[in-house]
Amino acid sequence: MYRIFKIVNGITYTTHRNVDLLHLEGWYRLTTAQRYFSKKGGKTPQNANSKECSADAGDFCKRPPVDCNPPGQKRLPVFSECPAPNAMDQLPKPQCPYKEYDAQQKKSYFKVLIVGAIVFLVSVAAVIKSQSPSKKDKPKNKRRIKQVMKLPPKSSEIPPAVPYLLIGGGTASFSAFRAIKSAEPEAKILVISNENNFPHMRPPLSKELWFSPDDSAVKDLKFKQWNGTERSLYYEPDDFYESCKHLMQNPKGGVAVAKGWVVTHIDVTGKRAFLDDGYAVCYDKCLIATGSSPKNLDIFEKASPALKERITLFREIFDFQDLHDIVRNSESIAIIGGGFLGSELACALARKGKDAGLQMTQIFKESGNMGKILPEYLSLWTTEQVIKEGVNVVRHAEVTGIKLDNKKVQINLSNGQSVSVDHIVVAIGVTPNTSLAEKSELEVDPELGGYLVNTELQARSDLYIAGDCSCFYDTKLGRRRVEHHDHAVVSGRLAGENMAGANKPYWHQSMFWSDLGPDLGYEAIGIVDSSLPTVGIFAKATPKDNPQAVVSATDEGIRSTTEELVSEECDTHIRGDPEQRKFLEKVKREQQSAGNKGDDYGKGVIFYLRDDVVVGILLWNVFNRMNVARQVLKDERKYDDLNEVAKLFNIHQEE
Amino acid sequence: MSYCRKLGPNEKDLVIFATKEDHEVPSSITLPEPDPQPGLILPNGNINWNCPCLGGMATGPCGIEFRNAFSCFHYSKEEPKGTDCFELFKTMQTCMQQYPTLYNKDLGDDDELNEALDERKNTMAELKNTMDESKNTTDEFKITSDNKEKKT
Repeated sequence: MYRIFKIVNGITYTTHRNVDLLHLEGWYRLTTAQRYFSKKGGKTPQNANSKECSADAGDFCKRPPVDCNPPGQKRLPVFSECPAPNAMDQLPKPQCPYKEYDAQQKKSYFKVLIVGAIVFLVSVAAVIKSQSPSKKDKPKNKRRIKQVMKLPPKSSEIPPAVPYLLIGGGTASFSAFRAIKSAEPEAKILVISNENNFPHMRPPLSKELWFSPDDSAVKDLKFKQWNGTERSLYYEPDDFYESCKHLMQNPKGGVAVAKGWVVTHIDVTGKRAFLDDGYAVCYDKCLIATGSSPKNLDIFEKASPALKERITLFREIFDFQDLHDIVRNSESIAIIGGGFLGSELACALARKGKDAGLQMTQIFKESGNMGKILPEYLSLWTTEQVIKEGVNVVRHAEVTGIKLDNKKVQINLSNGQSVSVDHIVVAIGVTPNTSLAEKSELEVDPELGGYLVNTELQARSDLYIAGDCSCFYDTKLGRRRVEHHDHAVVSGRLAGENMAGANKPYWHQSMFWSDLGPDLGYEAIGIVDSSLPTVGIFAKATPKDNPQAVVSATDEGIRSTTEELVSEECDTHIRGDPEQRKFLEKVKREQQSAGNKGDDYGKGVIFYLRDDVVVGILLWNVFNRMNVARQVLKDERKYDDLNEVAKLFNIHQEE
Repeated sequence: MSYCRKLGPNEKDLVIFATKEDHEVPSSITLPEPDPQPGLILPNGNINWNCPCLGGMATGPCGIEFRNAFSCFHYSKEEPKGTDCFELFKTMQTCMQQYPTLYNKDLGDDDELNEALDERKNTMAELKNTMDESKNTTDEFKITSDNKEKKT
């Protein structure tokens, strides 16, 4: 539109200029028309006022007339011709003063202009309208653009002093404000969140939200629970929250959320938190629950913008919606990472894209899915289940390079393979958000990461930390930092209770769960780390379940097959290179495990031991036994026969 | 017959396949008493306002009105129970009507005291049921317990 006006203005300008030019004096200002006629030889529309002409005019007229055609002579071109009457002079002269005449002219020009502009606008509008439907079809390949809006837009609407300040708007923060409000009904709580959304849960983003048959979940963010009822991702509806502006005026108190705002640092002794525009909020009690951010690979971080368009770091509602669009428009997707998020997403996407023929690839460096959590044999078995879900699993592989190749992204791997996909999802873990630490003079654990806090989740006087970014002291299991939903719930609640004056220690162990497809689910509690020695007790399959399983294997039988796997000749080579030996041993074990087809790790309980004491318990496809697991952990005992303990879990019971 | 084998790096992982018959023999282990899982009513008879079974009822914009009404009912010595709490329930309802998206139940209909109390009683019963359920599950928000009970 702007361009159109510019052109129109240009036209009016030159028309006015032309009018003026006609009345300009001086030879040097020849109009185009004049130049044209002068070249043609003569019949110039005479400018009667021209200086040159007027100076000679008298003499010229007094000269004797030139004989234009002397007899017997060849007609020669004559320099000065007899003046021909100028047609322009015969034009009726304006009767009014020039300015009025000009104004009149301008008026008419203006009218024409207006009419022209209207016609132009109407036609442009018509063109835009007729083209818009085709535009709607187009953004297939355009990704959503993430925008964080500040709400309230001005910090002056945020109260300058609040009794309770919660930094971060995730699960830990939600759990904390619920605990504070329960203990102190009239509490006034301000949540400062750097997100666009009100507090919500994240686990369904990689599970249930993908299972709904239609795409309604993308918009309304509702998912089906196990019992068939629907629920929203949001903990509370929007109306639950008070506005930031009115929080301090409400005698009943309330919870207000300032969205899109970032806290840059805290003056811990002065009990003030500073927002990104420098505004300070004073508090009586403060909680930091800033959570964590997804990690990325250096290779991806340094990639070109065109490649980065093809890479997703998965964490938020936005990422879910974005990835949902991508899945619909992709033929192949690769997931980097073999942990919780990577494995869950691989299974969920494989299922989602099954009918559309989506090719899912999962790439990770461990030997099996959940390799850092599950003991090796179980991890390998899980990978088999993931493959059954339709995922192409590439193990022992790291990304060494990526490039755009014929509209696809080619991923080169450390094992020499390369995979071509439309899109990449990076799920290689998270780092706690501790950017506040340095300027606020708070201590961060050098090994585990996260703000260091005591058993009451307290970093300093009136300052508490909960959730992913909290490195706390567990009186039973030592210093820990846990990145799970239930831990955010448990630690957020504890912090909230303590902020309201409970002074409780961390005592209630959090748990976690994961689902890989509909037939595989597990829950765990305590320290569940695959590097610890484990004892797993599984329900032996009955002939009905799996005929092969009843072929009983003995320890002896397995050893003999193990020895066969590496021949003597190979062994001498292997011995020379410890790295290679290690790797071959790993592969050997895998072959061995894969060879035991009769083993069905369908249901069971796995104990994780540290100095022979049970520090973690994983319930494999066994549900509703978490209470028993809690009791076993609480016992902190060395058991001679864990099979006896396993009996308490009733693993043979039909679920 | 159950059998056992050693697997993994340094054979650190022990795997036991246990038969049903083997596990039918009662365990020789006795565990310590489970931690009390506070439900809606604490062992001392007080109300646990942080019970997940209450959802956002006690913490939302009508939380104070809800607490007043529910406390009155819980500690009521009248016969039938709660007949002395009519005014408090009415205040709660007036508040809830302002937030239809939060309290979507049709609260405007029951003007009669008995009706109101009957509804509350039902709510109490529901709450108690939820409480019992939540006692069985260890974790707090529905999302967690959903997964736990999904396979049952």
